[in-house]
Amino acid sequence: MTDTLTSAPLAAPALREPLLAVRGVETFYGKIQALKGVDLDVNEGEIVTLIGANGAGKSTLMMTIFGQPRARAGAIRFGGLDITKLATHDIAALRIAQSPEGRRIFPRMTVFENLQMGAAVDGYVHFDDDLERMFALFPRLKERLHQRGGTLSGGEQQMLAIARALMSRPRLLLLDEPSLGLAPLIVKQIFEVIDELNRSEGLTVFLVEQNAYHALRLAHRGYVMVNGTITMAGTGRELLERPEVKAAYLEGGRK
Amino acid sequence: MKSDAATARADFAAALKDAAIAALIALGVTLPLVGFRTDQGPDYKLILTTRFDLVAVMVALVFAARLALTLWTGHRPHAAGSSAVLERLKPAGSALFRLAGPALLGLALVLPFLPVTGRYELDLGILILTYIMLGWGLNIVVGLAGLLDLGYVAFYAVGAYSFAIISTQVIPATLPALGPWAFWICLPIAGLLAAFWGIVLGFPVLRLRGDYLAIVTLAFGEIIRIVLLNWQDFSGGPNGIASIPRPTFFGLPFTPGKDGFAATFGLHFDPTHRIVFLYYVILMLALITAFVSTRLRRLPIGRAWEALREDEIACRSLGINTTNTKLTAFALGAMFGGFAGSFFATRQGFISPESFNFMESAMILAIVVLGGAGSLLGVVISAIAMVGGVEMLRNLEFLKSVFGPNFDPTQYRMLIFGLVMVLIMIWRPRGLIATRRPSIALKEKKTISSDLIQEGHG
Repeated sequence: MTDTLTSAPLAAPALREPLLAVRGVETFYGKIQALKGVDLDVNEGEIVTLIGANGAGKSTLMMTIFGQPRARAGAIRFGGLDITKLATHDIAALRIAQSPEGRRIFPRMTVFENLQMGAAVDGYVHFDDDLERMFALFPRLKERLHQRGGTLSGGEQQMLAIARALMSRPRLLLLDEPSLGLAPLIVKQIFEVIDELNRSEGLTVFLVEQNAYHALRLAHRGYVMVNGTITMAGTGRELLERPEVKAAYLEGGRK
Repeated sequence: MKSDAATARADFAAALKDAAIAALIALGVTLPLVGFRTDQGPDYKLILTTRFDLVAVMVALVFAARLALTLWTGHRPHAAGSSAVLERLKPAGSALFRLAGPALLGLALVLPFLPVTGRYELDLGILILTYIMLGWGLNIVVGLAGLLDLGYVAFYAVGAYSFAIISTQVIPATLPALGPWAFWICLPIAGLLAAFWGIVLGFPVLRLRGDYLAIVTLAFGEIIRIVLLNWQDFSGGPNGIASIPRPTFFGLPFTPGKDGFAATFGLHFDPTHRIVFLYYVILMLALITAFVSTRLRRLPIGRAWEALREDEIACRSLGINTTNTKLTAFALGAMFGGFAGSFFATRQGFISPESFNFMESAMILAIVVLGGAGSLLGVVISAIAMVGGVEMLRNLEFLKSVFGPNFDPTQYRMLIFGLVMVLIMIWRPRGLIATRRPSIALKEKKTISSDLIQEGHG
């Protein structure tokens, strides 16, 4: 199914195993099959985006990587280790962090406590330094430090969700629709932060987005998902130029 | 200033008017329904009796309650915005809450030595403290970890029976020399056994939440009680276990003899010594419970409990082992229930399954929920109100002059109990003390105002 555009293999340094390798993953909700054999790679230091319409299975793939729900077929490997059958908290302990769909911050806990929860995997060793880093990335969080998470605005909650994920010093950051329901200016800020983290620290990011234009411009590579299968793959720029992508996801070919 | 006083006066007038209207409506309803009463006379004729005094009482109650409600909530009938009355209440209220904890603790420490404290007050104090301890123990499970447990009394029972069986059967049979120390040896064992049963209950209910968890824990509480009721050889069945040893003052019994506590310390023998001692034991146990739960809240495990209450899936994605987190909450909560159970057994000297019915679980849960799940002070206030309030109902003899000599206030206990619950859930759906305190907060000076950040003084 995968329609590869580039003649060279997608994974640029072909000899090294990708950081995250998804192979033939199938996921079911009861009898309904949400993922129908997904193959996908994320290499170290890359930003990879997955775009697709509502209900294509993007978030399901994200959650399947985290083991909830579990893949019924196929394999997921992270850093050479098969994580398909690991418990969610053990997967997180391998330094995969997630800013989940709907943000899922802890609303009655303060911003500070939310960030503390993020550092659990790291054992709170670098907590003070990382807190300063988060303040530098998201100054708004510093202002709101002792406010309850639930009282933050949507954009601030998204920043908190990303910062909480970053507190674990992840090797791979999974972001599920960080732009959802946010003002364009905030979306721009958040995408700039992701870009900055990738450039300066080499953070590997797997980004699930509906905002295809921004996501593909940011990402090194992208995948398009339709009905639980990957239908297209390529570099961000290539996908942006594809007429099918333009027609389906870019509102009449905006460049 | 003048206008403030004027608006306050206007508010009060409006509230009075509102209350008068409510009283008028109450009069219209109660006059035909309550004011007139017909009884069948001797020759099958109806006899009309009037009860205008009762009507007057009810109307007065409605008036007073409506007035109090209007003034308290600041819902003025004809004006919007914040109420002057409320504004004035606010700072006083917060100061009151800040001082309430230390004040209550001070009172609890000196209570046995106050001149007004007699045997009855001490017993009531012990009862309230037992419920405070149970409330604080359950607070770990319900308030912090958010696991609705309707069978908490099971752990109370496990603690009590562990204590009773070990002290009346195991210790005399194996190491009778330990006799005087029975309480101090059995207490930790009973706590550990209760914690063990907490884990036993925890495993099957790990995947359950909310209503389903409540049903299973309810069943668990009943299972423990029914087993104790029917396993005659083990627990004595409905006859219970009697002559459980009384606690000793670290080996010195509270007896009039030469080796007793009074003789050793050169005091006159007084049976209240034992009660005072029991009072301090339960106070200490309760304070340990409070200390441990406030400490744990600041540690990763406590924060994980609270995060678990908020969002289980997010917890797992952050690398929290939710299984262990839930089990520790169950085990710790159960352990404190077990301690309280041991205390109950040694205080009563006799236990039977009847003491551990569902009403107890409901009572403890009500204390936690009414107090405001997660708040230690809230638990104290609601325990005093619920346990002490029920006791106070016994003393409301003057109500007999209103409702007639056959009126027994204690019979209305459950009715009032339910009414208070409903009212609190309407006005304060998250409990009396609903604001959750952050587990960690910087001092006033260190908080960063948003103005400073924008100017770059961060």
